[in-house]
Amino acid sequence: MQVDIHAPYKDRVNQALNDPNLRVAVSKATDRMTNARLDSMGAVEGQQLRTQVRKMKEHVLSNWPDYLEQLETNLTRNGCTVHWAAGIDDAQAIVKEIALQNSANLVVKAKSMATEEIHLNHALEEAGLRVVETDLGEYIIQLADEPPSHIVAPVIHKRLEEIAEVFQEKLDMPPTREPTKMTSLARARLREEFFAAGMGVSGCNFAIAETGTICIVTNEGNGRMVSSMPRVYVVVMGIEKLVPTVEDAFLQLQALCRSATGQQLTVYCSMTSGPRQQGDVDGPEQVHVVLLDNGRSRMLARGYGEALLCIRCGACLNACPVYQEIGGHAYGGTYNGPIGAVISPALAPEIAQFKELPHATSLCGACREACPVKIDLPRLLLDLRSDLVQEGASPKPEAWGIKSYASLMSSRRMYENLGKMASIGSNLYAGMSGGNIKFMPPPLNGWTAYRDFAPFAPKSFREWWRQRDKLRGRS
Amino acid sequence: MHKASFEQRPKRVALFVTCMVDMLYPGVGIAACELLEKNDVEVVFPEEQTCCGQPAFNAGYRDEARKLARRFLSIFAPLVESGEVDAVVAPSGSCATMTSHFFEPIFQESQETELAHQAERLASVTFELTEFLVDVLGIVDTGAQLQGKATYHPCCHLYRELGVDRQPRTLLDGVEGLEVVDLPHADDCCGFGGLFAIKNSGISAAMGRAKATNAEQSGADAIVLCDVSCMTHINGILSREGIACRAHHIAEILNNHLGSTLRPPSQPAPAQADHPRRWGD
Repeated sequence: MQVDIHAPYKDRVNQALNDPNLRVAVSKATDRMTNARLDSMGAVEGQQLRTQVRKMKEHVLSNWPDYLEQLETNLTRNGCTVHWAAGIDDAQAIVKEIALQNSANLVVKAKSMATEEIHLNHALEEAGLRVVETDLGEYIIQLADEPPSHIVAPVIHKRLEEIAEVFQEKLDMPPTREPTKMTSLARARLREEFFAAGMGVSGCNFAIAETGTICIVTNEGNGRMVSSMPRVYVVVMGIEKLVPTVEDAFLQLQALCRSATGQQLTVYCSMTSGPRQQGDVDGPEQVHVVLLDNGRSRMLARGYGEALLCIRCGACLNACPVYQEIGGHAYGGTYNGPIGAVISPALAPEIAQFKELPHATSLCGACREACPVKIDLPRLLLDLRSDLVQEGASPKPEAWGIKSYASLMSSRRMYENLGKMASIGSNLYAGMSGGNIKFMPPPLNGWTAYRDFAPFAPKSFREWWRQRDKLRGRS
Repeated sequence: MHKASFEQRPKRVALFVTCMVDMLYPGVGIAACELLEKNDVEVVFPEEQTCCGQPAFNAGYRDEARKLARRFLSIFAPLVESGEVDAVVAPSGSCATMTSHFFEPIFQESQETELAHQAERLASVTFELTEFLVDVLGIVDTGAQLQGKATYHPCCHLYRELGVDRQPRTLLDGVEGLEVVDLPHADDCCGFGGLFAIKNSGISAAMGRAKATNAEQSGADAIVLCDVSCMTHINGILSREGIACRAHHIAEILNNHLGSTLRPPSQPAPAQADHPRRWGD
């Protein structure tokens, strides 16, 4: 069963948990990527690299306006047109306008989370344009009419057999399960699209402020095609995605490749420093850079600035045991996994729009361990939970329950009496069901739906202690 | 967290037994207490202690968490500050994390600077049990004996927040007769996560079943761990799924509470989920 990203949270999770293919596909792929990351980070001074990248990104963030201005100045000097977009509507309108002005009917796209965030494909299609995703994974899910379910591996939730079905159905591919044959077919189709496209759109892995350079990282070379073949090239980048210098860019590139796929270097790192100059044999005639805020400055103001250090490598998704169970669509937003559970609510106009996500984690800390910029994701998730409580967005019975618990636990007498009652009650009850408790009333039925519960001890530790003290004549 | 170094071997400690051990698994508290006493450390049990407030903190209720944190500090901090005890020891990585890692920031948040400092001072002498036994007392062998095959599950707070991993493994290696085998995907969370187990019970249980499958694959008769909360979750799953293997708190193993053998090799696993054993049996 496919996960319906628009369904309520509980339904999405149940759909994901009830899809046996999903877990196999996701856990296999995330395991592979995690092992590759560990090998690759282990082959260099991985810890040192993490520290360096974090320091660099922190420096950017504390001088954010300055570097943004420097980037704008240098992009403009290079002949790019810079647009500022505060939110989704602005960003959509800007890109649509560029497409219409240039009469571009066909848009080819390189994989980009920022354009997912602004639902760009949908907006352009509504304006009558055809949009083709050119990253193989994105191409597959576009054919299947699904959003990406992973930051770097958008089709991670599908097994090879399922992808073959999509190709047979949508591309009339003769039945095959050979990945090379399927890839060749996609490649041939995409080649035609590249030639015909009037506009290319990509995101940006990082922009270099000192040179005004846009860098996109791909393994298929489609990024270079998107940025160089069509007459017009549009970049949509989150305003946090900048680095000060070329050296910093390569530092981040190292951390990104090693953490994302475990590669020492991706196959392509395509850099664009402006449109075709006089005498150049190729390249786009126009380069537009859309600097997208869409909640980023609000996120900083809300106290979640640490999440702006994220370089979108997806390592935290791969490491996350929750993500492995439910995949990406169950998170219901553009971003998923631990980082998605933080930035979906933190970027949103109201945190409570994604009020389930900060709770969709056991806070095990595997994400923090994997993060190349050492973002303290568990701490941010705890802060979001606290903000939700402050905003009154938590369920009333829960609030009442926690307040009662805190009152009970504030008194030794009440604590001991409660313990005694729980002991007598749970032992009587457990005795009736063969030793363990198999059913409890709501909300505790959440526990007994899947697990047994052992009754409280007949005699508490403190009772043992007091008895022993007495025997020893201490009291 | 900066830990105090002791010029002299600590003579007396306060036992922060944790509410779950107190009410659900007193055997773990008794084992912890006796392990310390066997090693010439006198144990003080402040009877005013209840819960450290972690459930409230975890669920986002900072005011309620602070209420219980203040109470905790008022019980334990004076014992340390007056020199009555040298350290606070807890048979739980998770509760030790709450008091030693999270008290300080929540009092910073409420601008109760004095309490934040007090929490920080207390944190420097707060230890998880195995951490105290190995790092402070220098014990590698508790003299325990147990025949059987066990595997070790590193509980998340203990492993990732406190950075304690070598210590329990060292102590387990010292148990005579015990074969310690690797647990596949050992450092994957068991899925407990406090209220997460209720709020997101489906996901939590799926993670628990993955842990149970890995435990079964390891071939071990027992999963040893340092937190009774994760133990409750893992055993709840194992019992429901009809898997014979059980999770045990390390203190009970180190203090010979489980008898002489985990399970004789000839004895088949009690497989029916319909007739589960009480975990304490």
